[in-house]
Amino acid sequence: MNEIRENLPDLLEQTAIMLQIVGLGMLFGGLAGLVVGTALYVTRRGGILAQPVVWWVLNALVNLVRPIPFIILIAALQPLARVVVGKGIGNEAATFAIAIAATFGIARIIEQNLVSVDPGMIEAARAMGAGPWRIIRTVILPEALGPVILGITFAVIAVVDMSAVAGLVGGEGLGNWAITYGYRQYNEIVTWMALVVIIIIVQLVQALGNMLARKVMRH
Amino acid sequence: MPHISLREVVKTFPARRRGERAVTAVDGVSLEVERGQIYGIVGYSGAGKSTLVRLINGLEPVTSGSVLIDDVDVTTLSARALRELRLGIGMIFQRFNLLRSRTVASNVAYPLEVAGVPRAERAAKVERLLAFVGLADHAGAYPEQLSGGQQQRVGIARALAGDPSILLADEATSALDPETTDEVLDLLARVNAELGVTIVVITHEMEVVTRLAHRVAVMEGGRVVEEGPTYDVFTAPRTETAKRFVRTVVRALPEGDELAALRAKHDGRFFTISFTDAAASEASVFGALARNGVDFNLVHGGVDDIQGRVYGLLTIAVRGEEAAIEAAIAEAGPGVSIAEAVA
Repeated sequence: MNEIRENLPDLLEQTAIMLQIVGLGMLFGGLAGLVVGTALYVTRRGGILAQPVVWWVLNALVNLVRPIPFIILIAALQPLARVVVGKGIGNEAATFAIAIAATFGIARIIEQNLVSVDPGMIEAARAMGAGPWRIIRTVILPEALGPVILGITFAVIAVVDMSAVAGLVGGEGLGNWAITYGYRQYNEIVTWMALVVIIIIVQLVQALGNMLARKVMRH
Repeated sequence: MPHISLREVVKTFPARRRGERAVTAVDGVSLEVERGQIYGIVGYSGAGKSTLVRLINGLEPVTSGSVLIDDVDVTTLSARALRELRLGIGMIFQRFNLLRSRTVASNVAYPLEVAGVPRAERAAKVERLLAFVGLADHAGAYPEQLSGGQQQRVGIARALAGDPSILLADEATSALDPETTDEVLDLLARVNAELGVTIVVITHEMEVVTRLAHRVAVMEGGRVVEEGPTYDVFTAPRTETAKRFVRTVVRALPEGDELAALRAKHDGRFFTISFTDAAASEASVFGALARNGVDFNLVHGGVDDIQGRVYGLLTIAVRGEEAAIEAAIAEAGPGVSIAEAVA
């Protein structure tokens, strides 16, 4: 019990850092993923902004980045992180790598969910005089919102997973804390404290995602 | 000047991948729709009628030919001008295509948003439109909470929001049961009669055509094979396709095996009587036969209502003197034709 109490301040601090890394990674990765995923969907053959060349380039890029194991990607992105966030190590560099990985993962999730939108609705909007941008904003995204929320929820949990290797580039967070102070120092209590908090966070995120999706889909 | 005029319109879809062939869905169609008319386009699936209707509002670009609406060739319009044109052309669909993320009222408001109508004005207009289609109570409902017929009525309200002069109905009742079909057809008739909207109805259901369409075109293989006033096409179809369609609503003359079966059951000579004018009726034929002492049996046929006009096609088995039969035929009156059934 004492040991738990002793480690509690660190646990809270590291939880906050992890939430920040995950939150910022999801914010940037989520927005960029939404843009790339929507672009993949609308530029495909038969899409409302069909652009075969743009589609091909985006598709190739997503396929290129996605299979890279995150622990390698985070190291490989260090030079780019130096340019973009100013340093190649620390929480900023880890957040940057997470945002990049999340972008391409979320892009595929968004694309897959948009494909399920009934083409008849898009045709109806076109027949009513709506242009492509309006159709994206008022038909495609709202109609796919429920599944998109579930997909984003899935992505948040994947990003929590990614944040565990932030330590590789000198980042912190619960994962790094569990590895450095729990695993390496044979302190199982620290490992398990981190684990329990991560489980709780994941459960809360999933419950929130399910609730929002149910609300949007009305069942 | 016709309201809608198609001239030698061709639509070819290119092959999707190597080894496949290009598909010519519409192959040189010319037709004219007058203002205020309900124009039916019928054909089996794959006949090209759904593609044809999409050429009218430019949802599909033509491969060649021209589509004139109020003498403006829509095939030459820019993307922006085409979107403006579509604000004045309503369209309804087989599967309604209502936005599931929006309420009934919000669906009806959609074209008004596109047109940039201010919010307050939109609300008032949506209320009027929902009252017109009899769904004022359902403004806050979501599409999936409504029956198919109700959803199509919302689709019609939405299509009317931009005060269109043209309404395109693509198999609008094909997903509905007979009762709700009636409900939607009545509403379309009202849209035409009360608002003066020109309606183009695409359907494979002949009842829709006989009830609504003033004029009809029969399509097959991307071409119009027969065209004319609905009553004329239904009472005197010339092509095989038109005849097959007509048979689905109008009892045709017995042929082949059916005729042989009737002959086995009934004695006498077989005559077919058709009357295509409201002034004539089966009574005048039956009266003439009775007055000449001819004994007869009605063995096949019926009387149909096409666009509010009577069309009868009956087969009778007759026993009597040849002279008496001929006298009766002569007496039957105008609008009636009688001929001996052969084969």
